[in-house]
Amino acid sequence: MPETAGPEVAAAVADAHRREWAFVLAATVRVAGSIDAAEEAVQDAYAAALATWGDGGIPRNPGAWLTVTARRRALEMHRRAATAERALPRLVGREESPAEEPGGIPDDRLRLIFTCCHPALAPEAQVALTLRLLCGLSTAEVARAFLVPETTMAARITRAKKKIAAANIPYRVPPPDELPERLDGVLSVVYLVYTTGHTAPSGADLMRRDLADRGLELARMLRVLLPLDRDVAGLLALILLTEARRGARLDDQDNVVLLEDQDRSRWDRQAIGEGVALLRGALAARPPGRFALMAAIAAVHDGSGSWQDTDWQEILGLYDLLLGRWPSPVVRLNRAIALGFAAGFAEGLAELDLLGAEPQLARYPYLASARGDFLVRLGRPGEARVAFEEALILTDNEVERRFLQGRIKELGG
Amino acid sequence: MSKYLILIYQDEAVARQAEGESISASYQEFQQRRGSALLGGAALHPSSTATSVRRDGAGGFLVTDGPFAESKETLGGYYLVEAADLDEALEIAKEVPAGVGVEVWPVRVAT
Repeated sequence: MPETAGPEVAAAVADAHRREWAFVLAATVRVAGSIDAAEEAVQDAYAAALATWGDGGIPRNPGAWLTVTARRRALEMHRRAATAERALPRLVGREESPAEEPGGIPDDRLRLIFTCCHPALAPEAQVALTLRLLCGLSTAEVARAFLVPETTMAARITRAKKKIAAANIPYRVPPPDELPERLDGVLSVVYLVYTTGHTAPSGADLMRRDLADRGLELARMLRVLLPLDRDVAGLLALILLTEARRGARLDDQDNVVLLEDQDRSRWDRQAIGEGVALLRGALAARPPGRFALMAAIAAVHDGSGSWQDTDWQEILGLYDLLLGRWPSPVVRLNRAIALGFAAGFAEGLAELDLLGAEPQLARYPYLASARGDFLVRLGRPGEARVAFEEALILTDNEVERRFLQGRIKELGG
Repeated sequence: MSKYLILIYQDEAVARQAEGESISASYQEFQQRRGSALLGGAALHPSSTATSVRRDGAGGFLVTDGPFAESKETLGGYYLVEAADLDEALEIAKEVPAGVGVEVWPVRVAT
């Protein structure tokens, strides 16, 4: 950032970057005709804000100021490029009527997220593009979030943008008959952003708070853009009801605290209240969606005063519904755990053992650690130790590794 | 508008059986329905009849029997289509009565 910008201006621009990036970029793409050109124009607009807001004053509506500036810049660039690259493929949608909002600037963020999460793009590219274009993260930040070298991430993003242009992936909200399926893809990306932040697959920290925050922000944005959609409500409810327990997941020494041992007074009651209210609407869908069912399970935990009061029959019933809706091995694993608490650990363990043959769970550490936990509860410490050691081999997150090492030590390892 | 090449894949064994048969009713029906988008297309003989001509790196060629890549799925035909965007091309692609499935490749625009 240039030295000339005072701290007040710098803070206002940083705030506008965080809040308005997606809005400004999405509104500029249609004018610019390509995502790359739009990004450049938007970056120029933010630079212009830094340079001029000091003298001219911080505008009352920074998003509108930035959008007008970025679109003007995009038009200039476009005019200059038009003579040179007449035959360049353009994003579809430019010729459509611009559906102006009352404020004079259309809200195109939905188009942008549907383009970023197009099923023709590789899943990791969908996530990277969403973080880059909707959340405004730099390529270096996205690379850090997924612990890959910056050059790898840059190549991944460039490849995805090239595919959008070459294959002419449209910049458009899908028609109603395709919307549920396509929206499910978008929600999966947002959920993946959140879960990657909630429990980092590797690294020194249990959570990557920035990613979890971005996941929550994206879910909130979708809720604003699609206020009547029950799957969106279900996802936002799920994230809020999970986030509510964030403050109790680690002790003062950054050790894992299991749900069973968490200080429930540290749970965020406001987030729980908001999540439960959203969940009511989401569950009104027939049949309820997978995110709503997962949120309902989280809500049962959030609503019990103590671990002992947990209504495991209710949770088991919800997992049965979820399994019908989303028959994945991970859901079966979680159902088996609920079965153990609802019907007895021997029964739960038998169910977990059946899942041992599931190839999708072969490298999934939570199967081995769940077996270890049930074996301890059944008074079989020798076998439990073997199970925890297996889980340790499969775990790359340092905080989780420390937790598993602790359990092994308790068992005389 | 963009152009796409739809490569039609089928099971090699099925392709051999079908050799010599005339174009199936399902393909005729597809071509009638999507005729306005189709710029070209053809069915191919089985991969056992294909010949690879590979540059040998010394100015010559290496001519061998069969396609570059042997696999259970084989190229059975293609369509060249014109569509507004990838979504429209994918809609067309889903209607191709291909045995295994199809690949949709964007065609480069000459500049």
